[in-house]
Amino acid sequence: MPSKAYSGQNASWGLKIAAFAGLLFLHMPILIIFLYTLTPDETTYTFPLPGITFKWFGITLQRVDFWRAVTLSLQVAAIATVAALILGTLAAAAVYRSKFFGREAVSFLLVLPIALPGIVTGIALRTAIGSFDIDFSFWTIIIGHATFCVVVVYNNVLARFRRMQGSLIEASMDLGANSFQTFRYVVFPNIATALLAGGMLAFALSFDEVIVTTFTAGQQTTLPIWIFSQLSRPRDRPVTNVAAMFVMLITFLPIFFAQRISASSSDTDGETK
Amino acid sequence: MTNQSLPAIKFDKVSRHFGEVRAVDEADLEIRDGEFFSMLGPSGSGKTTCLRMIAGFDRPTSGHIFLYGQDVSNLPPYERDVNTVFQDYALFPHMTVAENIAYGLMVKNIAKPERVKRVDEMLELVQLSGFGGRKPSQLSGGQRQRVALARALVNHPKVLLLDEPLGALDLKLRQQMQVELKAIQKRVGITFIFVTHDQEEALTMSDRIALFNKGKIEQIGAPSEIYEHPASIFVANFVGTSNLVSGEVAKRITGADITFSVRPEKIHLGSVAENPPSDSYTTDGIVRDVVYLGLYTRYQVELDGGGDLVVVEQNLKTTSMDVLKIKDQRVRLYWNKEHISKMGA
Repeated sequence: MPSKAYSGQNASWGLKIAAFAGLLFLHMPILIIFLYTLTPDETTYTFPLPGITFKWFGITLQRVDFWRAVTLSLQVAAIATVAALILGTLAAAAVYRSKFFGREAVSFLLVLPIALPGIVTGIALRTAIGSFDIDFSFWTIIIGHATFCVVVVYNNVLARFRRMQGSLIEASMDLGANSFQTFRYVVFPNIATALLAGGMLAFALSFDEVIVTTFTAGQQTTLPIWIFSQLSRPRDRPVTNVAAMFVMLITFLPIFFAQRISASSSDTDGETK
Repeated sequence: MTNQSLPAIKFDKVSRHFGEVRAVDEADLEIRDGEFFSMLGPSGSGKTTCLRMIAGFDRPTSGHIFLYGQDVSNLPPYERDVNTVFQDYALFPHMTVAENIAYGLMVKNIAKPERVKRVDEMLELVQLSGFGGRKPSQLSGGQRQRVALARALVNHPKVLLLDEPLGALDLKLRQQMQVELKAIQKRVGITFIFVTHDQEEALTMSDRIALFNKGKIEQIGAPSEIYEHPASIFVANFVGTSNLVSGEVAKRITGADITFSVRPEKIHLGSVAENPPSDSYTTDGIVRDVVYLGLYTRYQVELDGGGDLVVVEQNLKTTSMDVLKIKDQRVRLYWNKEHISKMGA
């Protein structure tokens, strides 16, 4: 558990200022949104704020359509994540464990959706789903989200498999464990943190997805789409800001923990050389 | 050793082909109960494939493998009473040393008190008492090696397989582990099958050795048999160093049209005035090269009428000054007739 094993030299003032400016540039807009959740003026962004009020939080929390959107988004993200965990792990295991014809192609095709522009994936899915005469629903949203959630889990788990000693599985079988026991006692503990990190990232990606969702949803409104539609109503602007803050918090926490887990597990895992 | 008369392992025409490659080709083999058996050979000779087939990680393309009379050719690894010490140890990184050793007992649902007792016994056997709570990453290479051994032995397998387990250790530790492994094997009385490409290691530790070359077994025998009477040119060259003599030179020395090998240390190097005993082969030549190596000296002798022989003599009374004087001198070489090994034509 080497913390600050390497302290390095102090950065120069110029570098410090540049780094700070960069961070400010990235996060200033977010802070502005936070700021305007507190404004009593509902239609315009005036600065400095005419006053401070917390009433928008109350109003937002009482909106039924807001809660419906939140619930839908949470459900979609949860199910898409579970699907991604199962499919991503299986795909990673197959690609890692066996050599088969087209293995590299499969690997490439799995990663492709995340590189492809969302709008292309979205249009492709809409056409495909439409041509099978399937109604756009809760489940089609999940299918859309799973396309890129699987990649995240797949990449994480495959990287972990590659770091794991291949002989561990043989050793487990050799010592009398059947396949199920081997997965439970050897494989799973070794990939658990990769699953958690991949799963959290998948959850966060799904939760704030807009583009693919607009193409695969029917009448359903997920939270990001709800926010999007709110933008055309100037009177609700502070409500939208509150909702945006909500989305940020829900996606920020999983990503934050996913990073923590990946960082700490690379210190402790698989160091038998 | 025990009253079991069945061989621990029997190979009946076992082959393993990978596409066109015959990794193991119709191997017949019997490994006796309780013996320390080495499979020796260069890399790619099929020895590791044989080990993996005994362990169950690989299945024979044809032929049968018997473990104490039971045909195990197609059983999965977890249904064979055989355990393996892996080349890279394959310790579970997320478990402590004690958990690693207890693994085989745990998956077989052996009660906890019994597990703890047996793990403690094993830790003591491999001299790691008190290390049970550590993680493998906190151990040295030699210690990991011992844990791997303990983890395999705790299950009381009928046969223990060791896949070049000393390969990753430095020379000193290696020699120490050789002695220790042999002692542990004597103590537990389990049949050990040891795969190595290091001929010295095989000679030091084994009761018997099988020499592998290109998927075939060239010779099986006790270390002294393999060394003194190599059955083929390959064996003579792979185990120790040999003078291989054939054609005209062999005919001149022995009077017969054969190919034979003779070990350099068996040849006596004397002056041309010496009269060799009657049961010797003898030939004269000129010393072309002398390499003084402290414990012994290596001479290269060019024989009259062609051919070379390498002779090694211990420096019992001679010094480097003495031996170097011999260079370019005429010498008489002779050795006991029993010390040649005839090779197939």
